[in-house]
Amino acid sequence: MSLDTTTLLAILTMAVVTYFTRIAGLFVADRLVLTGRAKAAFDAIPPAVLVAVIAPTALTTGWAEAIAAAITAVAAFRLPLLGTVAVGVIAVVALRNLI
Amino acid sequence: MSRAMDQASSFVPTYRREIRAGLRDIAPVAVAALPIGLLFGAVASAKGMSPLEVILMSALVFAGGAQFAAIESWIQPAPILTLAFATLLINARHVLMGASLTPKVRMSRVQTLLAYFFLTDEAWALSERRALERPVTGAYWFAMAVVLWSNWTLSSTIGAILGSFLGDPERIGADFAFTALFIGLVAGFGRSRVTLVTVAVSAGVAALVHYFIGAPWHVASGALAGIAAAYIAAPEEARS
Repeated sequence: MSLDTTTLLAILTMAVVTYFTRIAGLFVADRLVLTGRAKAAFDAIPPAVLVAVIAPTALTTGWAEAIAAAITAVAAFRLPLLGTVAVGVIAVVALRNLI
Repeated sequence: MSRAMDQASSFVPTYRREIRAGLRDIAPVAVAALPIGLLFGAVASAKGMSPLEVILMSALVFAGGAQFAAIESWIQPAPILTLAFATLLINARHVLMGASLTPKVRMSRVQTLLAYFFLTDEAWALSERRALERPVTGAYWFAMAVVLWSNWTLSSTIGAILGSFLGDPERIGADFAFTALFIGLVAGFGRSRVTLVTVAVSAGVAALVHYFIGAPWHVASGALAGIAAAYIAAPEEARS
């Protein structure tokens, strides 16, 4: 099995950064109380990052992907996670064949 | 179970009861995570990662969101700084989770440092729930941690090995699976006004930057724009 040096470095970097975020709370447990706008901004980090990652695929690849993304978003509020993924994948395959 | 009952049945070793509670709480989560791990491994291998690289990433990083984000925009050679920044942004929530949980865990400093390697959204949420009634013990925490960690590492490894037989991911729509998964995850953050503004601004800025400037800048710029939008959209004196 192959192990690329740059890939290994990337994995180790991601591991160190992740571990840092996991233990950092231990040292600020008494001091970190966010309120108001600061808390809203902090809470917005996960959705903001997730959306930024997929926006090019969802919005600028083509009509099939854009429509499938819209269908997936509707399903996401009604189905569990795996059902949502299934709807999205089936929708994109169907639309790519149609368009 | 109430605290009084716990004391009454104290002839049962405490750690064994704690382990059983941890296993019981984490079981449904592990079942739900299994196909997600398979999917991660399959798409990672379709993007050119070897099974060994997938094993290492799942075992050492052990953070679904960050791993999905890394794989979604995976290129060779891996852009280390970009991946580090995206990982930091996605996992920044861990800081708040750890800060909130720390006063509720009954572990030494060293034990906690080891325990928090396994900090996940799921283990954190279950522990916070348990902490409403009793302190979170090491036995409870590590029972959950071992199950979730082996489940994630094994399922993504199996996915990576099977994935190399699947062939072209576009043919079966597997390349879109992450997009759909992320949409599902984002929906989990609710439909409040602030969240909707965040999502719209982040998506718009990321798409524009990707179109006019190119990868990987869309991740950081879209995310920062979305976070700034949340700050502005939130009421100034929001409580909690």
